[in-house]
Amino acid sequence: MMMTFRAAMVIARRDYVATVWSRAFLFFLLGPLFPIIFGMLFGAIGSRMGEKPEIPTIAVIAAPAEYQALLAAHDRLGNAFPLARLAAEAPGSNPDRLLDRPGIVAVLDQLSTSPRLTGTEAAIAANGSALRLIVDDMRRAERLGSLEPTILKTRPIAHHAPATADHRADLARGVQLLLLLLTMILAGMLLSNLIEEKSSKVIEILAAAVPVDAIFLGKLVAMLGMSLTGITVWATIALTATGIFAPYLLTALATPAVGWPVFIALGIAYFIACYLLLGALFLGIGGQAATVREVQTLSMPVTMGQLIVFALAAASVEDPDNFVARIAAIFPWSSPFTMIGRAALRPEIWPHFIALIWQGLWITLIIRVSAGFFRRSVLKSGKPRRWFRRRAET
Amino acid sequence: MKQALAIEARGLVKTFDGAPAVSGIDLAVPTGMIYGVLGPNGAGKTTTLRMLLGIIDPDEGERSVLGRARPLEAAREIGYLPEERGLYPAMPAREAIAFMGALRGLPLAEGRRRADILLEQHGLADAARRPIRTLSKGMAQTVQILGTIVHRPRLIVLDEPFSGLDALNQGRLEGLIRAQADAGATILFSTHVIAHAERLCERIAIIVGGRVRFEGSVAEARGRLRPQVTLTTRVADGDWRAALPDDAQYDGHSWCFALPEVGIEPLLEAITRSRAGIEALSIERPGLHDAFVAIAGEDAMRAMDKEVERA
Repeated sequence: MMMTFRAAMVIARRDYVATVWSRAFLFFLLGPLFPIIFGMLFGAIGSRMGEKPEIPTIAVIAAPAEYQALLAAHDRLGNAFPLARLAAEAPGSNPDRLLDRPGIVAVLDQLSTSPRLTGTEAAIAANGSALRLIVDDMRRAERLGSLEPTILKTRPIAHHAPATADHRADLARGVQLLLLLLTMILAGMLLSNLIEEKSSKVIEILAAAVPVDAIFLGKLVAMLGMSLTGITVWATIALTATGIFAPYLLTALATPAVGWPVFIALGIAYFIACYLLLGALFLGIGGQAATVREVQTLSMPVTMGQLIVFALAAASVEDPDNFVARIAAIFPWSSPFTMIGRAALRPEIWPHFIALIWQGLWITLIIRVSAGFFRRSVLKSGKPRRWFRRRAET
Repeated sequence: MKQALAIEARGLVKTFDGAPAVSGIDLAVPTGMIYGVLGPNGAGKTTTLRMLLGIIDPDEGERSVLGRARPLEAAREIGYLPEERGLYPAMPAREAIAFMGALRGLPLAEGRRRADILLEQHGLADAARRPIRTLSKGMAQTVQILGTIVHRPRLIVLDEPFSGLDALNQGRLEGLIRAQADAGATILFSTHVIAHAERLCERIAIIVGGRVRFEGSVAEARGRLRPQVTLTTRVADGDWRAALPDDAQYDGHSWCFALPEVGIEPLLEAITRSRAGIEALSIERPGLHDAFVAIAGEDAMRAMDKEVERA
């Protein structure tokens, strides 16, 4: 076992260095940046033309008459106080939900009984005093409550990042899609690498020196390392660019149910599992093919299957505990998609441990089966299966 | 005392898509020996070597390499040069040698150090940092051979090592093989060039049609044929002709025949008595080429000659 791992690392190191130091890798890195750069460019132009800048807003939960009275008080005081924009909300609205909306920094309610301001500490500090005076003037004018000076109760909240189920579902779908795109790109590269290896005749030297399992594992690990390098570069560029050009996007993201640190760790783990599951399958297929064209023909059904699996996983986002979601979590190829979606929606951690162990078992199994196919097709080793033997005899 | 065996194979059988490639091969390669596997293209030489190395598994039969039934378990002590040469084109020569060593368990740093020494010894020091694709075919092949021995294997298996090399490099490779054998390594190589086997090998196996037709020392192979006698007498006719063996043939000038088991002396006495006079007499031991023809047949020899011409 140790020998297999050591040999796999030798192959992985060679493949990783050869790939990362090639010109093709530079293009691989730059590839996804073009749509992002163009997207940002046109997005920026579009937003300047069509969108007003987001203004910090205080939602006022009040009946229309109360709200008008509040606006009148604001006018009487001659708009003397710097204040965030006010927006009316229907009585009975949930302040916490309103705070999930983009731009809403605080919520003012209970105007006629005991006025309350809910919001971030910064929003309360910036608007609290002015609001107290305005509400006091309004209450005096409308003769609401006693004539004592109005006390504005405040309820600070830690942050106002969106945390609703809808937003988390959007996050889950987004991450699932990202996972799909990344694995599809990288599995294609893996296949090209194997074909190159077969055509360079090095495969026989490798097969004579190390177990075929080690060759498979080495190639998978190399491509995984290469993909993680690519993802690190892309993520760094994307985060830097977002931080500079559109910082509000970072705070607008819903916080996943398991929290960001765990979510990121699970995201990496599920990406690795997803990539290895698919990569091992593609390597098995690549072993049967002699040319890139043959690879494309053979891999097409797998790609279609991948899309079906993705659809299955995407359907589980609606309710991660229903029957379809459970099937999607158990089926090895849809499991990583489903589980990363679940991490966005449900706070429990333990299902992820089970899922990762389950996926690990399948990765081992698929590598072994694919290596067996590879031995039979490329190295022409081992007895043919009974079905093939029967065909050969006819 | 029975000599230890580096390789032992019994009844190896391999079939590809219903066509038999190897049909029951037995081999015994003694430790520390240069052993040649001879045969025409398609005889089953490469398949046999691949089975011995564990690249492919036999359909039937048993093998033991350096005492292990699973050859990959002995991989660190084996060096292998496949018939179809394969190196990564973008890899520098030094790295390629170190990589091949690393596959066999040699640490990369030590592999690089040894690669520098080997490249220096073989006049390729300048090529150490050049990518393989920029090297000539002969240089690349030398790099691959150095990669085969960098980890100092106990068993070196070379599949058609001389093919594609010019005469100068073939001579160098022969020297390298002898040096490795002198250092204690067992060498097993396949070839269709009989001259290389005759110069290098202590023992050979002749494989034709997936079967071993002969297994033994070169001397034993040659000993299968009786020496050839060529005799020219001053007087063509006479009583002495009764002493000629039955297989003697006259080409109009000389008599040719295999040396009789009783020796040449009775014939010489008859010639002397008849006063026929001897103009020329030669007794030649047959070469491995003749032995191969006798063992494998004319067709196999013609196929081998064609391959040599192609090479």
